Amino acid sequence: MTDTVVKRVTRKEILKKYKKKTPAQEILGRFLANRLAIVGIIIFAAILFTCVFADLFANYQIDALKMNVPERLQGPSAKHLFGTDEMGRDVFARVIFGGRTSLWIGFVATAFSLLVGGLLGAVAGYFGGKFDEIIMRIMDVMLCLPEILLAIAIVAAFGTNIVNMIVAIGLSRVPRFARIVRSAVLTVRDTDYVEAARAIGATNSVIIVRHVLANCLAPIIVQVTLIFASAILAISSLSFLGLGVQPPAPEWGNMLSSGRQNMREHAYLVIAPGMAIFLSIFSLNLLGDGLRDALDPRLKH
Amino acid sequence: MADKILEIRDLVIQYTSDKDVVHAVNTIDLDIEEGKTLGLVGETGAGKTTTALSVLGLLPKQQSRVPQGTVMLNGRNVLTLPEQELRKIRGNTVSMIFQDPMSSLNPVMTVGDQIAEVVKIHEKLSDREALQRAKEMLETVGIPGDRSVEYPHQFSGGMKQRVLIAMALACNPKLLLADEPTTALDVTIQAQVLELMRGLKKKFNTAMLMITHDFGIVAEVCDEVSVMYAGHIVEHGTLEDVFDHKRHPYTQGLFDSLPNIDDRRSKLKPIKGSTPDPVNLPSGCPFHPRCEYCMEKCSKSFPEKRQINDTHYVYCHLYDETSEDQLKYTEQEG
Repeated sequence: MTDTVVKRVTRKEILKKYKKKTPAQEILGRFLANRLAIVGIIIFAAILFTCVFADLFANYQIDALKMNVPERLQGPSAKHLFGTDEMGRDVFARVIFGGRTSLWIGFVATAFSLLVGGLLGAVAGYFGGKFDEIIMRIMDVMLCLPEILLAIAIVAAFGTNIVNMIVAIGLSRVPRFARIVRSAVLTVRDTDYVEAARAIGATNSVIIVRHVLANCLAPIIVQVTLIFASAILAISSLSFLGLGVQPPAPEWGNMLSSGRQNMREHAYLVIAPGMAIFLSIFSLNLLGDGLRDALDPRLKH
Repeated sequence: MADKILEIRDLVIQYTSDKDVVHAVNTIDLDIEEGKTLGLVGETGAGKTTTALSVLGLLPKQQSRVPQGTVMLNGRNVLTLPEQELRKIRGNTVSMIFQDPMSSLNPVMTVGDQIAEVVKIHEKLSDREALQRAKEMLETVGIPGDRSVEYPHQFSGGMKQRVLIAMALACNPKLLLADEPTTALDVTIQAQVLELMRGLKKKFNTAMLMITHDFGIVAEVCDEVSVMYAGHIVEHGTLEDVFDHKRHPYTQGLFDSLPNIDDRRSKLKPIKGSTPDPVNLPSGCPFHPRCEYCMEKCSKSFPEKRQINDTHYVYCHLYDETSEDQLKYTEQEG
């Protein structure tokens, strides 16, 4: 007899190897195999965590708002992680509380534009004909204007407050959602199961929500992450221009704006909020790309 | 005589595009009695599916026109009912089984939810009761009830077709439209599904319109047969009338195109040519360019309805009066 070790394969292993994966497992597998997407999700989760639980790290009134002139313009140290600004406020505290504002407004604005744009796109795609023509031509007109210009115009016209900002940023992104949802709906509209749903007497609204939109989720999810990123950038841009969140309330954009004066000697004043903007948008874009590749395996670059 | 569930009279359906008018259905009559099965046989593009969709009121509104005719379903004309009333009928009084089970189920809903949806639309039941009914329906079609939480991709083709049958029968409809329900399945599964449908039809006393191009299926499940060609019903009769005493050359041609199991070496005799373009149908009898017994008048006028016996009628000039051609035809048949 030879000494060769016979490798025994257990029944469990065979079953594991040949067991059919569910689509959800396949998508998750593809997503986890994408290293950049993992990096994105880790960075974004870290930012989200620090901003949501900002109270654990600093006190809003004392650290982020109250002036403390004797300690103004100090460099980064153990006490002030990112240093202090020209009024002696802790930059780290301002960055995380500012992030809270940015993420919150960005989230609501994205949800708003998803709701409006998604509804318009779904109706246009599902019913087609004149509906489609009218809605999509209006969307085309809106698309002609640069998004940030449209947002500035809305805020400038109606005044700067949070609600107007949400409407401005949300509204300016409606056409993008409408187009994406419409094109996704068009691919699902004529499938047999939608016809079958009609044949069992389902109403149009039930068909749109349960049968059509439920099957268009993939491109919509991807678009949500990308638009969320662009909404955060828009909030910061508006605040930078003085049209968004008003000082003394912290926001990444207005911190950049006020830090400009002392930027030569105290670069950390703009690096901290700048990095915050960069990292959140970067991570959301990585996440979005990863999701797109995972959800649509046909799209291989 | 039993009550008629479906009574179609003089139905004409046209599809319109920018330039052309597609003559999909041209003046047909159809009757189905309670609990009976009618087979609708014909080549692709003969207008079979269009006829079925018209019964559901599901013809595409913008592209289709119904210039004349009535579709009486359970005593009401479907063509004039408002959308709201139609929705109450669909899935409840009449339901449809589609051709391709692979794509007729929503991939992101569990099969239990999909069956329960039909029930919830038409009956006032709680979610739990509807799901319970869905499970019962699955059991009726031979699928274990606890598989109701699974998604369509976890089922095989034959099982998906059973799920669709369960969905179609969930509200105990009076009429079932089966649009080539076994075309996408392999032969052994076809037999299973047909057996199941026959059993359920008896159990629920459902009338059925079986659309198919397979005479084997017709022989197995149908009571009566209508043969459709280019939007016309060219021959209609009981199984016996059509199988043993077929009159129309087109019906004859369809049977000649089937392989003969008793004489395996005999050559198939296909019908020459192909189905006419429904945009410009041939004049007179639409079958005349392909007909072996074509006469002069065939291209000039559409034949009158000839009643062979109480149940059997045919539209063909061969039976207008005793002509030489007819003698030739009957001699050959005999």
